[in-house]
Amino acid sequence: MGDTGSSGQGTGGRAGPSPVLGEMEKALLSVDRVKAGKIVTDSCIPGSPFTCLETLIVPALEDVGRRWETGEVALSQVYMSGRICEEIVDTMLPAGDPHRVDQPKMAIAVLEDHHTLGKRIVLSVLRAGGFEVIDYGHGLSVDQLVEKVTRDDVKILLISTLMLPAALRAKEAIARIKTAQPQTKVIIGGAPFNFDPRLWNEVGADAVGHTASDALELVKQMAEGIR
Amino acid sequence: MTDTMTPLERTLTALGQKEPDRVPLFLLTTMHGARELNMSIREYFSKGENVVKGQVALQKKYTSDCFYAFFYASAEIEAWGGEVIYRDDGPPNAGAPIIRSLQQIVSIEVPEVSSCNNLEKITSCLRGLARESACRIPVIGVVMSPFSVPVMQMGFEAYLDLIYNEPENFWILMRKNQQFCTEWANVQIEAGANAICYFDPVSSPTCIPPELYRKTGYIVAKETIAGIKGPTATHLASGRTLAIIDDLATTGTVIVGASALEDIGRVKQACNKRLSVLGNLNGIAMRQWTPAEAERVVRETVQKAGPGGGFILSDNHGEIPWQVPDSVITAISDAVKKYGTYPLDG
Repeated sequence: MGDTGSSGQGTGGRAGPSPVLGEMEKALLSVDRVKAGKIVTDSCIPGSPFTCLETLIVPALEDVGRRWETGEVALSQVYMSGRICEEIVDTMLPAGDPHRVDQPKMAIAVLEDHHTLGKRIVLSVLRAGGFEVIDYGHGLSVDQLVEKVTRDDVKILLISTLMLPAALRAKEAIARIKTAQPQTKVIIGGAPFNFDPRLWNEVGADAVGHTASDALELVKQMAEGIR
Repeated sequence: MTDTMTPLERTLTALGQKEPDRVPLFLLTTMHGARELNMSIREYFSKGENVVKGQVALQKKYTSDCFYAFFYASAEIEAWGGEVIYRDDGPPNAGAPIIRSLQQIVSIEVPEVSSCNNLEKITSCLRGLARESACRIPVIGVVMSPFSVPVMQMGFEAYLDLIYNEPENFWILMRKNQQFCTEWANVQIEAGANAICYFDPVSSPTCIPPELYRKTGYIVAKETIAGIKGPTATHLASGRTLAIIDDLATTGTVIVGASALEDIGRVKQACNKRLSVLGNLNGIAMRQWTPAEAERVVRETVQKAGPGGGFILSDNHGEIPWQVPDSVITAISDAVKKYGTYPLDG
């Protein structure tokens, strides 16, 4: 089960949450949009969206993701938390905002199958983290994915899979992308990678995300390295 | 190491929380039958008689303790008018969602099982397996739970939005799905299934929080299982179980499928003889196991969950991947005989 991704590179430890962060997490896990919005309004400085992202929204999502990995929270809560934060961030940092486009070009896709929840969660969390991500959709063949990534000169590619055969097909896709564009970084995630810790390495990915917050941390690290 | 019971006797003894001659082994191989018959997966699943031949061949080859009449999850979506997408190296998948608006939840009609041609091949398979079994080998039928099948009917994201935001429409869909599920399960029992595997991954704490489960999937399961005229095994298809074991034990089910994400000894302890435990070999990791690794994992699993009965060794998902090699499945089968014969070694 579970669709999203941990890191081959590691995400580091964290001190216990502040009271505001704890309240934010509580609001997200109980799917209380109104309360989450109020916490952001009350605790963030108007006009400083990135401070709010970095000190409240992103840490809250990261903690929710970590707690899913340990079985403390459910996938539905990760999904709804991402959606709520995405809505909040969209009001502070609308799509197309110049701050969002100052980043390496990145894209996300579901390879071969049609299970889109993992992609949707990662997309929400990345957008809530202030990143602009091209959504290539789902059910893409290896040929289609390689063609899109090379056409768009994508620098960071996130691949989501649910079924094992699709996860295995990522090997060919990644090899062809790396041949065409050796600088492109590939993050992979999805249930098969959560059940087999060796699989991400076997398919040639640069990193694996076991949760959406892993994906966010990895994207931040890779974006810093590429800039 | 000598078997003295039939697979059915072995299974029933274990389910009675007693120790049979050895730990029962439910090798839930589905697509591997196509390989036995030298067919493509699509051709194999096109006729019930193919799956009968495949299951008989697999049972003999691996001495599994059941016949498994599971074709693929999306067979039910075909019955609802959806599309199935075949591939050469894995289970057929559901195509695009058939419910794309709330209005369609109200308007969609519940299919009559008897008029679904694609389900007839499964009931035909069950009749064939029941004949082959001759009351010696348990025949397992399968349904997708009314609570979990909407992931295929409408997509997971839209379904989560429905659960959280549209309770009235959620229950309309549940009532329709319950009607179909109960009828489909009972048709399978009439055709010869000894038990029904009730696949319900969305109920797992991996997917939704236990408090939400108690207001939704739990109620659906309890009502649906009450209408099924035979024993059921609830399988959360790799999802965690521990946080809802007490709830599962009151749904009327008799077996729970355990996840590889959890310690099977803890799951067995939590079941406390109210439920038997099925599991929990990691089907994904199994692809890369060596025979020696398979033997080690089987031994550990049997040591943790085998004592006292109430345990069936199986994979953790309810479907062994096509990519798992013959050598590993054989090693699992050999290991359960070596280490699973009662009384177990300390």
